[in-house]
Amino acid sequence: MADIAELHSPLEAFEEQAAPATRVRGYWRSVAHRLRHDPVTLIFGAAVLLIVLAALFAPWIAPFDPYKESIVGRLKPFGWRDHLLGTDELGRDMLSRILYGGRVSLLMGVVPVLIASLTGGLLGIIGGFVGGRVNTAIMRTMDVFYAFPSVLLAVAIAGAMGGGIGNGMLALTLVFIPPMCRVAETATTQVRALDYIEAARATGASTIKIIRYHVLGNVLGPVFIYASSLVSVSILLASGLSFLGLGVRPPVPDWGLMLSTLRQSIYVVPFVCALPGVAIFITSICFNLVSDGLRAAMDVRM
Amino acid sequence: MAVIDTDKPILDARDRGGPAQPLLIARDLKKHFPVKGARGKSVQAVDGVSFDVQKGETLGIVGESGCGKSTLARLLLHLVVPDAGELVFDGEGVDTPDGIRVDALRRQVQMVFQDSYASLNPRMPIRDSVAFGPFIQGKKKPAAREIARDTLRKVGLDPELFGPRYPHELSGGQKQRVNIARALATGPRMVILDEPVSALDKSVEAQVLNLLRALKRQFNLTYVFISHDLSVVQYISDRVLVMYLGRVVELGPADAIFDKPQHPYTQALLGSRPSMDPARRIEEPPITGDPPNPIDPPSGCRFHTRCPFAEPVCETRDPPLGFWRGGEAHAAACHMLDPHSGHSLARDA
Amino acid sequence: MPPPATCLIRTQATAWHAMLERTHGNAPLAEIQDLGVRFVGREATVHAVNGVSFAVRAGEVLCILGESGSGKSVTLRALMRLLPRQARIEGSVRIGNEDVLAMPARQLRDLRGGLVSMIFQEPMTALDPVYTVGQQIGETLCRHSGMTRIPARARALELLELVRIPSPERRLDAYPHELSGGLRQRAMIAMALSCNPRLLLADEPTTALDATVQVQVLILLRRLQRELGMGMIFVTHDLGVAAEIADTIAVMYAGRIVESGPVAAVLGAPAHPYTQGLLASTVHGQPRDRDIDAIPGSPPDMRKLLPGCSFAPRCAQRLPACRLHTPEARWPAPGHMAACLRVPASLG
Repeated sequence: MADIAELHSPLEAFEEQAAPATRVRGYWRSVAHRLRHDPVTLIFGAAVLLIVLAALFAPWIAPFDPYKESIVGRLKPFGWRDHLLGTDELGRDMLSRILYGGRVSLLMGVVPVLIASLTGGLLGIIGGFVGGRVNTAIMRTMDVFYAFPSVLLAVAIAGAMGGGIGNGMLALTLVFIPPMCRVAETATTQVRALDYIEAARATGASTIKIIRYHVLGNVLGPVFIYASSLVSVSILLASGLSFLGLGVRPPVPDWGLMLSTLRQSIYVVPFVCALPGVAIFITSICFNLVSDGLRAAMDVRM
Repeated sequence: MAVIDTDKPILDARDRGGPAQPLLIARDLKKHFPVKGARGKSVQAVDGVSFDVQKGETLGIVGESGCGKSTLARLLLHLVVPDAGELVFDGEGVDTPDGIRVDALRRQVQMVFQDSYASLNPRMPIRDSVAFGPFIQGKKKPAAREIARDTLRKVGLDPELFGPRYPHELSGGQKQRVNIARALATGPRMVILDEPVSALDKSVEAQVLNLLRALKRQFNLTYVFISHDLSVVQYISDRVLVMYLGRVVELGPADAIFDKPQHPYTQALLGSRPSMDPARRIEEPPITGDPPNPIDPPSGCRFHTRCPFAEPVCETRDPPLGFWRGGEAHAAACHMLDPHSGHSLARDA
Repeated sequence: MPPPATCLIRTQATAWHAMLERTHGNAPLAEIQDLGVRFVGREATVHAVNGVSFAVRAGEVLCILGESGSGKSVTLRALMRLLPRQARIEGSVRIGNEDVLAMPARQLRDLRGGLVSMIFQEPMTALDPVYTVGQQIGETLCRHSGMTRIPARARALELLELVRIPSPERRLDAYPHELSGGLRQRAMIAMALSCNPRLLLADEPTTALDATVQVQVLILLRRLQRELGMGMIFVTHDLGVAAEIADTIAVMYAGRIVESGPVAAVLGAPAHPYTQGLLASTVHGQPRDRDIDAIPGSPPDMRKLLPGCSFAPRCAQRLPACRLHTPEARWPAPGHMAACLRVPASLG
């Protein structure tokens, strides 16, 4: 029988493998590296940051009280008596109302997407991993909601519940759960078929452990990317709900609501009346482009 | 008696049955996958496969695409639950009331996968991928990491250099070493290798084969080596099992199978190997056509549609795995071996 | 009245063939001189091909043998300029005495599929899944020979019979996914041969096939090449396949040809240590109780090529001089080249 010492030597004589040429860089650090070299995304990311900060610090930056009305100063153009962006139909300062309106819009943009990601994502991961009848049940239920156009569905739910900012956010959350669920389910199904999941099962890992250590890390990426693109949609939909009177109640400043009330005055001071629309447009586009940049940086096949 | 590796295996502390007990016995394993949309039809991936694996040997399983060898690999680890048949590990039935449980089986049997890009989690550093197995099987994280470091060293990868790396930074051969380390980290007695060198360049393939041989000696392992490459199977195996369309067509010692193949399919496979000598090129293909679809296998002997010796009896009756009297434990499933089959070329007793 | 577009295309294709007839004889069908290909990326530049030269005559089969990363597939695609935008190509590529690298786009499109044709490794991705086999072959015929639908279908049927597909009339109307791997590969070969190319490029066409199917396709390719008198450049990593199909072999490593010559010479008496190592490490009947003579280490990183012979770090026969300059070509026998300092500079 061969000596134990002799058994060791063939292995130690093994050619030590040459180290890889690249620097060690984790996934997130390589994402950051790619982002740093993407000027478009960086610029629009800065814009998003600016918008968020402006909304956050509105009480300190706004030059006037957004609720203060003035009979004489109604529908004034840009620059009239320190009102940089003019006044609305009740004489309130547009700049202040735009800044405060940003808070509501951003809130109604981000919160529904966040909640929908958590719930829809969880449902999708469960369905995708368990498969079979459970998955079919979940996905077909989602399909029912998916069949409705998102705007109609949001309006229907918000209208049925009576409007208001809370119901508006609820409506949007329900609208976004099916697509988030689908994205999560697709990503999970793809990951589940891969060999390293089987290898994990072969070591005896339980389903929960496999999801926690192997599935989540690979599924969160697509979910996050999709969620970031939903934020811009959410802002648009939220403004739409407010425009139809199903969102916040006047006199709370909100871009959609402002668009609705300023609609009749568009021939008087067109630029002032278009301002809320411009704000919605810019915010939505910035989020959209940042989301695209994130996708390009995160979705690279390594 | 089956041929065993020349070094007598040292008995493992977990041994239950003794040296004569086969480490794994598979009896009549069946696995059919239903085809979506077509009622009643199923892919008969594995259809009645029986064999045993002796302690300390390397059993090679060879076959072309559609023969069911990958499904068989997963059946042996219970990653896929068989529709019928039984598995006996070291004398105890697997997944039976008084036998060994599946998670206990998985502490003693592990698998090395083909190096597709998806055999390692792309978001996990190498050392965590290797440490995952011991961690799941009860070790605390620091201890699991230490085992991972040790195992990486044993497969020729410096744990300081390679531990924090991600799979995409490694070459194919290095990834495969990581796969092997992952399988060995839990200290198994038997390793199932599913096409472990098929995706590698030839020069790297040789390195990995040498590594596998050395590891087998050092850790006293038993291998089940699955491949479509006959030359590799011939080199590494003690015994060989040839599969066709979900069934075993030939089984025996490696040298016997390669010197005197008994089944027409094995003969065709061996005749299809490129010759390496430009002066002796293959002029006529040994068989024509493609391997048929496992959804609708031919009746009787599954090979009869492509067999040069096919006769009416081959279409109606399925030949059992019969022993060839000339060799030790060398069996083939062909009517020509059975004098009572009615085949015109059947040997006389 | 101006001639219809199809006539123009047909004239172009026949012009190719006519020109080729004129330059036939001893002139090579395809000739590459000092080819270099770099892929310029954001993070690094990959030097995929570093100075490759060879020539292929009509009726000759050249096999480019190499492992992954050796640059063999990139070299093949450079012949038809089928490389992505980030590729920077240097050197000269001539087919039928025309400079491929300087060709205008229109002429290049006539070249591809007309004079030169290519078959790929994965027939499933090379064939369009939404068109039948007959439609795809017909499209190539219409594009290059200006045929209308009915003669094109008849010709497609002829081609399927040429590649020995059973029940060809039925297969003409089959979609790629309805065919098995071997049949799909044959269909792709039929498509490649549809316009009588003079040069056939094959990029590992049998690697993804089962052993019994691989041998059928190899024999088919050999027979077709002989019957149609085509030149063929066949890329593979498998020594056995090269032995079966090649007249000449060029062994590539790290973007350079390290050895080339008649197949019997290169495989029988390899002069370069890499070729010797490849032969020794290919598993083919070695005794079971001994390790295989593997080449140690792994292929170099193509982003950072060091000076000198790229194989030197793994070479058991290396000399200090090997790390200084790239070894130039030496000729141990007429027609047999090896780029290694160990090979004597003069014959005998």
